[in-house]
Amino acid sequence: MTDVINLIGNWLREVLLGWGVSELWTGLILKSAAALLVALVSMGFVIFIIWLERKLAGRIQDRLGPNRAGPYGLFQSFADIIKIFTKEYITPEGADRGLFNIAPVLGLASVLLIWAVFPFASTLVGGDIHVGVLFVVAAGSFGIISILMAGWSSNNKYALLGASRAVAMLISYEIPMILSLLVPVLLAKSMQLSEIVASQQPWYIFVAPLAALIFFISSMAEIGKAPFDLLEAESELVAGYHTEYTGMKFGMFYVSEFLHQFTIGALLTTLFCGGWSGPFAEQVPILGVLYFYLKTFFWYVVISWIRLSLPRIRIDEMLNLNWRFLIPVSFANLITMAAADRVMFEYGTARWLYVLVMLAINLVILWAGIRLVNRLAQPVVRQRFPERPVAVPPETEILEVS
Amino acid sequence: MSSEWVYIGIFVVVSLVVPIVAVALPALINPKKPSKLKEEVYECGIESRGSIHVQFKAQYYIYALVFLIFDIETVFLFPWAVALDKLPLFAVVEGIIFILILLGGLIYAQRKGVLAWT
Repeated sequence: MTDVINLIGNWLREVLLGWGVSELWTGLILKSAAALLVALVSMGFVIFIIWLERKLAGRIQDRLGPNRAGPYGLFQSFADIIKIFTKEYITPEGADRGLFNIAPVLGLASVLLIWAVFPFASTLVGGDIHVGVLFVVAAGSFGIISILMAGWSSNNKYALLGASRAVAMLISYEIPMILSLLVPVLLAKSMQLSEIVASQQPWYIFVAPLAALIFFISSMAEIGKAPFDLLEAESELVAGYHTEYTGMKFGMFYVSEFLHQFTIGALLTTLFCGGWSGPFAEQVPILGVLYFYLKTFFWYVVISWIRLSLPRIRIDEMLNLNWRFLIPVSFANLITMAAADRVMFEYGTARWLYVLVMLAINLVILWAGIRLVNRLAQPVVRQRFPERPVAVPPETEILEVS
Repeated sequence: MSSEWVYIGIFVVVSLVVPIVAVALPALINPKKPSKLKEEVYECGIESRGSIHVQFKAQYYIYALVFLIFDIETVFLFPWAVALDKLPLFAVVEGIIFILILLGGLIYAQRKGVLAWT
């Protein structure tokens, strides 16, 4: 009874085989059902996430947030879905209709695709492929193409400019993200996500906190939310690449943005926080699913919290942060960790010493990186204006007390 | 192992079908009243002028070039990281030298000033 989903799966297999369906087709049907389940559960979570995000934003900004539709406004998202369903599709004149319609579909597909490889519990792994980490990177990159397609095809200067900005930013932050993804691969000696989860003794966030931090920052930039929401800076670029989208086509971009944030939470959980592992997760796989989603929600709320607290940063500051801090530091971290790993492997070091040395390397490089940046930072050039007369109160007579 | 890839293949189809259905369904019920004014490009209420293919900063292009180098590099580094303990010592050192050479490229780009957003 502890492994409900596999139980149902096996029961379905028996039923289908009993009906005389061939082995091949049974496998295909079950796999399709599993894929549809994972995709629809993720979409279902998005409906809840949008409510959570709005409620959280309300509370942080000292408002109530949605509170009319249903208890605590829980049905607000459903109301929004019904509304967006009845909205007209408007295609601007001169738009490239093919690309214009494909872009939102591809945008959501690229994010949904990442969910194909997550291990949800010890016995519940989606597509447990050998190159899981590479697959995540590859699937995520499709999102960039969809943004460029949307901006290019909508025949709008602001949309094009927003898309170009987005691409410059996303591809820049892709480098530190991939480099920090290399660290769990290096520690686990495997690209298979299930093996990375199984090898986390202790969690990699304690072994390689710097890699986790860099992954966190660069993936925040990847999802394009504040403080890195330059791709839709509404004061500069109307609404960025989706200015011309209406109805459910806009809804697809909106959903994919929220789902991407949730997916980043799931990636942080899987790669750095032990995935499904937790007390009794080995014996009771359904608990593993619970732990997985709890940790994912934790990271989701942390990202939302940061996004709601910080203002948008300037584009040159953002690119400098990437090229002058994140990339050199993550390269230094990777080289040192690889060398240390090999040296300790040669001498057969004990596990606890290995963890301590890796932790020390991470902390030292973080400290050195911050020191170096502070030293090399160009002094801020402030323009000096001649002193202007300041309004002074009319001269008051000072009464000398004698 | 191949059955895992079948699952991935099915997932690709599913993840394309879900948004296609979501985009296609409203087309059945939503209003369709196109008009000339409605289909104009929205640029904050000002009439749009000229082609959208305007010239802007070449910086975007240079970032893409630098990105390309590092992205290909990291694809090579994944197998190196997986097999770190099985490789001969020579290959491990070679991997590190490979990273250092590319870091040289980053320093060159930095010195050239192409990474500065002016």
